[in-house]
Amino acid sequence: MAMAALRREGRRFTSPLISPRPITDVRSSLISEDEAPSGVRSISTQVVRNRMKSVKNIQKITKAMKMVAASKLRAIQVRTENSRGLWQPFTALLGDTPSVDIKKNVIVTISSDKGLCGGINSTSVKISKAIYKLNSGPDKENKYVILGEKAKAQLIRDSKKDIEVSITELQKHPLNYTQVSVIADDILKNVEFDALRIVFNKFQSVVSFLPTMATVLSPEVVERESESVGKLGDLDSYEIEGGDTKGEILQNLTEFQFSCVLFNAILENACSEQGARMSAMDSSSRNAGEMLDRLTLTYNRTRQASITTELIEIISGASALEG
Amino acid sequence: MLRRAVTTTTGLLARHIRAQPFSTDLSSAPAADAGFVEAWKKVIPNIEPPKTPLSFMQTRPSTPPSIPAKLTVNFVLPYASELSAKEVDMVIIPATTGNMGVLPGHVATIAELKPGVMSVHEGNDVTKYFISSGFAYIHANSYADVIAVEAVPLDQIDASLVQHGLAEFTQKLSSASTDLEKAEAQIGVDVHSALNSALTG
Repeated sequence: MAMAALRREGRRFTSPLISPRPITDVRSSLISEDEAPSGVRSISTQVVRNRMKSVKNIQKITKAMKMVAASKLRAIQVRTENSRGLWQPFTALLGDTPSVDIKKNVIVTISSDKGLCGGINSTSVKISKAIYKLNSGPDKENKYVILGEKAKAQLIRDSKKDIEVSITELQKHPLNYTQVSVIADDILKNVEFDALRIVFNKFQSVVSFLPTMATVLSPEVVERESESVGKLGDLDSYEIEGGDTKGEILQNLTEFQFSCVLFNAILENACSEQGARMSAMDSSSRNAGEMLDRLTLTYNRTRQASITTELIEIISGASALEG
Repeated sequence: MLRRAVTTTTGLLARHIRAQPFSTDLSSAPAADAGFVEAWKKVIPNIEPPKTPLSFMQTRPSTPPSIPAKLTVNFVLPYASELSAKEVDMVIIPATTGNMGVLPGHVATIAELKPGVMSVHEGNDVTKYFISSGFAYIHANSYADVIAVEAVPLDQIDASLVQHGLAEFTQKLSSASTDLEKAEAQIGVDVHSALNSALTG
């Protein structure tokens, strides 16, 4: 209160002097709104009030986004859990060999199209870049296949020449197996690979998503590994029914495996995206609420200060008159 | 930064609280490929290695010395797991080389499937499904995995629509000009005639 009075005294002295333009402009805009209507010079609460209004609107929007994400999550979680049985037979048959030694590595990164979903896309991109680094060597080659806008935006910065295929707008229509098998077909036709590494976020619970990497080997590599005493060593003990040669069956098998694993991975990632968006919007609504509390306190203080200074002026004026 | 702290603490908790069953069924057996984890840590020490499907697999029992009494069937579709670890007596699957019956103790086989009827025999009940193509794996430990793209129980198929579809595709086949159209029409004819014989036979 005393400070405010001093400040005003200061202003009465400095305004006739030459002062730099911008400061007076700002000051005048702050004071003029209150001065013009009532002619009383009081500290303005307009600025704080505007901020409070905008923060409240943001809080409403983020709360609504959280509800939308929660309802979408419920729908897609059911489908994801149903599709979890799909990749297990393949891993039971062919095993899982992430540390296989291969020349051409293709990294399929799955990400979301829309933002505001926390850190899951950055995690996927970080893991993809790490896999790239892990598999770099003298005659080894790494390429990217990108599903989703966000990973494309991040990877196009430094690995533009390594991106083979990029597909966006996956979730325009509800996800189904037919669509994913078309995408898988597209990728298999355009990309040469020894191993495909699919990087996605596996949905474990609404607050926890595990970055996961699934490996699909090409038929030639499967043959090679089954001949050596590797993990696929007992693949030879399986009789083959149907088809002419083992090679043909293996080709169909790996293509089918890729489309199944990709379907599950896309669903899991979509689930993780909705879960991450829910928690991001929840924490941002909470932050907005806290900010609103602090602004309300500032507003009340400013309002009370202006009332007090008004009173002081009136009283000192009155006492001056009485003398 | 806060996010990473949250995920690492949940990761630590998950490792300590082993008893909690998630829907992903964490098993205690080979949880990760040790070679991969080591190679990762050497090159990229700052980031945790990603999980691999092996850590989410339900472990399968190894080949028992004697033939078990029942066959354990996993019948999965992209949209649902129709049968998961169900113990049955026999399944008959429509392989491309003909219908094959699978009993417990069947030799390990990888079979490619054509559109046809799959029947599951459990005691005196027989459940029949019409499946579009897929794959079937029979493992040495009397586990059978059947993976199909679509499956419907036979009583949900409409006979008149099948006839209509068969006529349509036969007509398309005769009027097809390019190889692609011929292949598509042929597939349609195959599926519809298999549906037809499934309904009648």
